[in-house]
Amino acid sequence: MKPLITVALPKGRLGNEVCEKFKIAGYSMDETISDTRKLIFEDENLGVRFFWAKPSDVHVYVERGAADVGIIGKDILLEYEPDVYELLDLEIGKCKICVAAKEDFFDNKAKTLRVATKYKTIAKEYYMSKGRKIDIITLNGSIEIAPLLNLSDVIVDIVETGKTLKENNLVIVDKIIDVSARFIVNKSSYRFKEKEINKLKQALESRG
Amino acid sequence: MKTLRYDEYISIKLRELYTSFGYSLYSMSKFEEYDLYSKNKDFLISDYVITFTDTTGKLMALKPDVTLSIIKNTDIKESLIEKLCYNEKVYRVKREGDSFKEIMQTGLEAIGDIDSYTISEVLYLAMKSLNQISSNYNLDVSSMDIIKKALDVLPKSCDRSKLIKYIGNKSTHEIKSYLSSENIDESLYSPLVSLVSTSGKPSDIKAELEEIVSKIDAKAELDKLYNVIDEIKEENTRIDFSVILDPNYYNGIVFRGYVSEISESILSGGEYNNLMKRMNKKSKGVGFAVYLDSIDSLDTLEEYDFDYQIIYKKDSKELRKFVFSLQKDNKVYVAKEINTKIKVREVIEFKE
Repeated sequence: MKPLITVALPKGRLGNEVCEKFKIAGYSMDETISDTRKLIFEDENLGVRFFWAKPSDVHVYVERGAADVGIIGKDILLEYEPDVYELLDLEIGKCKICVAAKEDFFDNKAKTLRVATKYKTIAKEYYMSKGRKIDIITLNGSIEIAPLLNLSDVIVDIVETGKTLKENNLVIVDKIIDVSARFIVNKSSYRFKEKEINKLKQALESRG
Repeated sequence: MKTLRYDEYISIKLRELYTSFGYSLYSMSKFEEYDLYSKNKDFLISDYVITFTDTTGKLMALKPDVTLSIIKNTDIKESLIEKLCYNEKVYRVKREGDSFKEIMQTGLEAIGDIDSYTISEVLYLAMKSLNQISSNYNLDVSSMDIIKKALDVLPKSCDRSKLIKYIGNKSTHEIKSYLSSENIDESLYSPLVSLVSTSGKPSDIKAELEEIVSKIDAKAELDKLYNVIDEIKEENTRIDFSVILDPNYYNGIVFRGYVSEISESILSGGEYNNLMKRMNKKSKGVGFAVYLDSIDSLDTLEEYDFDYQIIYKKDSKELRKFVFSLQKDNKVYVAKEINTKIKVREVIEFKE
């Protein structure tokens, strides 16, 4: 019997895009996409099992071996630095992590900069590289509201089209990094299921 | 009869294995001066160390690592080899965000005039250690010297620590993206990319590796790698250059061990001549550690907690006689009421 590969898919638009890629490569994904109640989907013939996970949890499943492979945004990888292989840039779900602030923002370098973000590690590293003293304010959602309510001077957040920023009268001050979806693999699984994992990688790689 | 936890059982088996190869048991104190770790922080798996002030005012640490203490306290003549093994508890944070854990660690170190025989002996023992834990195991071997040669062809301005991180994550796309953004010619970094993406059984990838190393003048290093793994079971060995340890401490052969039942590496080691130099030691060193904390879940020794659960209504001479004779060859649990929280092979209701 060939080994079963467990794939953690991120819920949401990115996950659906990845499903389409697998579908083109010959994996039967219809049930995975359409059935919103079922949690785990198995394709015995191809030896693959898919399940949906919260995007920010995918690396936990993969690092701990509950999933052999997973699809995850580079932003999450940079933030949590899980001990996994990052085998492929899928070049989908492209966006960027930016510093944004109110249009009239003036960076007074004599003061500690208040930064609202859910990306603590990324923000800390970015400002450390600039030698800037900061105060991190951790928020888990609606980050854009922080400068409007004077909770922070700037925000560090993910920007796709910039529409949300514009609606809240915020502008991009600096781009920190471009991010996109990545194919990650558990390091132990790679040793024991290398052939099968590389087959999945090729499926994601070659069909565009 | 089960009297030991699985990790305890394995640690005894491994100690037997190491001592049978002439590695003598090294016992040490739980404490060490903090200074030793602060000078070699990058050598440690985690930055966090539990510290306290001794009665003399010295800042002490609960050991987060064993190798540094062994090196510090071992002084031998260059022409000799000191072979030591240990089974110690260490205290460290396993993952970022976790709290401190007490971790049982076992392993061995060979210090002195290390030659290719000693390295292959250490690799052999690493493989035997993995086999003791599971029948489905892999020892992944790499060469820091080959990686160094592939990095040396790149300009000095390239960020080595960034590249080492990408190598460890097998992220060839990141290596390409970073080096092309630095305007480095592809011909300079293609050997590195090929090394990282080539992994597998030594005989399967030999021709491929020979071609790659010819571009970075690393034939001697590749020969050394194949030489030391020559007598090790091919089917359980992989060459994988993503096995990479801090070059400030490690050089030459490095390796990691995996078993299919556990999601992380349970064995790690290599040649650490650079660490020896940093600690002003003239000799060389090679060794490995087995992380026993992660094998606790692999409790395959016995299916049951007890062989028999004996339920009795009233104490009697016959009951005691029965229990004590049964206990000679079995593990028994005696109670008036049935205990459903334990796994037993058979429940016996004792009736006179």
